[in-house]
Amino acid sequence: MTGATLLRRIAPQLLTLAAVIVLVSIYYPAFYQIVYVNDRLVGIPIDVIKRGAPVALLAIGMTLVIATRGIDLSVGAVMAICGASAAWSIDQGYGIGAALGLAGAAGLVCGLWNGVLVAFFGIQPIVATLILMVAGRGIAQLITGGTILTFDSDTFSFLGSGTLLGVPVPTVIWILTGIGFGLLVRRTALGLLVESIGVNLRASTLAGINSRVLLVAVYMGSGFCAALAGVIATADIRGADANNAGLWLELDAILAVVIGGNSLLGGRFSILASLLGAMIIQTINTGILLAGFPSEFNLVIKAVLVIVILVLQSPRIVPYLELLTTRRQRVKAPATKMEAGK
Amino acid sequence: MLLSTRDLTKSFPGTLALDRVSFDLKAGEVHALLGENGAGKSTLIKCLTGAYRRDSGDILFEGEPVFPQSTLEAQAIGIGTVYQEVNLLPNLTVAENLTLGHQPTRFGMIRPRATQALAQEMLAGYGLDIDVRRPLESYSVAVQQIVAIARAVHLSGRVLILDEPTASLDAREVQMLFDVVRDLRVRGLGIIFISHFLDQVFEISDSLTILRNGRHIATHPAADVDRMQLITLMLGRELAEETAVRHRPEVTGTSADAIRFTGVGRRGRIAPFDLTVRKGEVIGMAGLLGSGRTESAEVLFGAVASDSGTVEDASGPVDLRNPRSAIAAGFAFAPEDRKTDGIIAELSVRENIILALQARQGWARPIPQAEQQRMANDYIARLDIRTPDAEKPVGLLSGGNQQKVILARWLATNPRFLILDEPTRGIDVGAHAEILRLIEDVVAQGMSILVISSELEELVAVSHRVIVVRDRQHVSELTGDDVSPDTILRAIAAPHTTLEAAE
Repeated sequence: MTGATLLRRIAPQLLTLAAVIVLVSIYYPAFYQIVYVNDRLVGIPIDVIKRGAPVALLAIGMTLVIATRGIDLSVGAVMAICGASAAWSIDQGYGIGAALGLAGAAGLVCGLWNGVLVAFFGIQPIVATLILMVAGRGIAQLITGGTILTFDSDTFSFLGSGTLLGVPVPTVIWILTGIGFGLLVRRTALGLLVESIGVNLRASTLAGINSRVLLVAVYMGSGFCAALAGVIATADIRGADANNAGLWLELDAILAVVIGGNSLLGGRFSILASLLGAMIIQTINTGILLAGFPSEFNLVIKAVLVIVILVLQSPRIVPYLELLTTRRQRVKAPATKMEAGK
Repeated sequence: MLLSTRDLTKSFPGTLALDRVSFDLKAGEVHALLGENGAGKSTLIKCLTGAYRRDSGDILFEGEPVFPQSTLEAQAIGIGTVYQEVNLLPNLTVAENLTLGHQPTRFGMIRPRATQALAQEMLAGYGLDIDVRRPLESYSVAVQQIVAIARAVHLSGRVLILDEPTASLDAREVQMLFDVVRDLRVRGLGIIFISHFLDQVFEISDSLTILRNGRHIATHPAADVDRMQLITLMLGRELAEETAVRHRPEVTGTSADAIRFTGVGRRGRIAPFDLTVRKGEVIGMAGLLGSGRTESAEVLFGAVASDSGTVEDASGPVDLRNPRSAIAAGFAFAPEDRKTDGIIAELSVRENIILALQARQGWARPIPQAEQQRMANDYIARLDIRTPDAEKPVGLLSGGNQQKVILARWLATNPRFLILDEPTRGIDVGAHAEILRLIEDVVAQGMSILVISSELEELVAVSHRVIVVRDRQHVSELTGDDVSPDTILRAIAAPHTTLEAAE
């Protein structure tokens, strides 16, 4: 994708993000202030890109799942499972390497389960992943023994609250994961093959694409992202809370993908746009708190903003918006319009 | 006349689906509508039932022009339709299905007793002894079909259109359905009957109307035509009128380096068959729709795994478990239904062309962008694909150009055995000739091809030999001078076919 087409693809998300930031800064003018104290950057924008980490990570995996015309409802519960696994591992004294390995493996196994149900048993993704969404918290509770499993490990909690060169570690993790997945799908043929099975599974299989294995891999990728998110959430509070870790975050992740302009019907996808979607959601969350509304308003305000964003992006509205902009363009520069029409 | 069309015309972008078709249905007759796929039968039906809006021409109901805008309006006029897949709601009861939309109510509440009574009344005279309170799905397809007919007759009551009603019925059920149809004929309904089963057509119909390429070809009393004449009219060939002069180059390959299929087949789809494919050979496959042509191709490509037999070439057994292994073995398959099985509509022409090659190379070895561009532009030029550029989504191209993109996809993998299922269906004359020329070219380079086609002239023109498929069996193989439209037609039309096939 060339720079110009990429910019055109993510322009709606960038504009939305800018609009949301402007809106928040009206209520909270100090929004933009970032200061450097105690070897770390401090400020509201930094807070946004740190707190948005779990949803951003989930959105990366979710983007690929949705590109195959699927959906993964289990990621919130998988976060809880992976967080609990890591906390249990630390608690048992196995060290941070084992904890991370165990959490990652748990995420991959959860994804494998989802993927096999979808690809080999032909269960609809929403139903297949609903199973683990419900059962997953039970599994996490079994691991934590029904309590909030706390631990004391500075190395591990560094993943949730530490900084690297002043930047919060969760931010570094989601940005690196985003770049990693982006390179993985765009520098190889994976992205094309994923889009292909999302548009037309049968034709793709007849063209020789190993659709089943690819589907399983995509769900495993989503599980792995959920594992990273779970580790961050657990490290941040120094404890694994099977009931609340990642609660409802699957819905925020889906919302991030949708705000990112990715069709729920599969096909073309952009991880970058989904990440911007995740940041839009987090800016709204943070902004509502900063603006000082009574907390009971939060969910309603968020819902209203999300509806406005989605309506503005909807295929039925976009032609009208384009009509407005092209009409203005035509007055300014008729020649460009002619070229575009060719 | 109960129902007539006068010069009915309907076009879709790129095709004229109905070209000034005039058609008359009398009260108290069963009128069969016949023609190959794409002849215009379903377009005609959809115009009659208001699903499509006609471009020009008239529809006359009892001499009065009518303009149905929807199936509901058509029903109100008196035209009811029953489709092959029963379009009722299997999870509701028989009574609810029959009365849906006009249940007897009191104060806005449905009256279950009265609903059941009404349903009983509607079913009276159909010879069904069923409990209307049970879900529709607890009864056989034949019963469901009759329930659908009862509903359509009750709602419309003058004209009944039966679109492939017997496709999923066995012989006994067909008779049950036909008894109902005969009854309705006596009651004075006009019935339009569409079926690919010619024996059934002759059994039940009073008149036949044949469509071909969107044109009305002929209407005859059923007693005046025989099978042979009927098929001739459907396929548009005058028997023995011309013996096409064929200058086929000799097949270069020997049986030693051939691909040999022995006893491959799939229960319920295609009976086990043998096939030897030599290098540089074009094998034609002929047969009516639903005869097992496409099923044969699917087995040969591993799209449906064979449950019997073996496949071997000079270097040993060939693995055809799925399309991937078939492609790895050098096979390629351009399916009949481009839209659902061929193109990836949202992806670009370039991506569609490189897809099979990329899938074979594996995800980890992407074809470099520059190489993709070069291949795409190369095939766009070679196959004369009409597209503004290689980045256009393939779904926006016309049917013929989509077909060329799929051909390009497979040529890019440089296969040794290419299976083409109806490669020229629905594409214009120019593209048609180009595709045939392309077949000649690649065969000259040693590729083997299997062409499935309904167009006999086309088969005769390109094939070294022709296999005739009937009732899901390979019934004969024509070679040398025997390959002519005449002989193919005779092989297709051999009698005693359809009722057994339906069982």
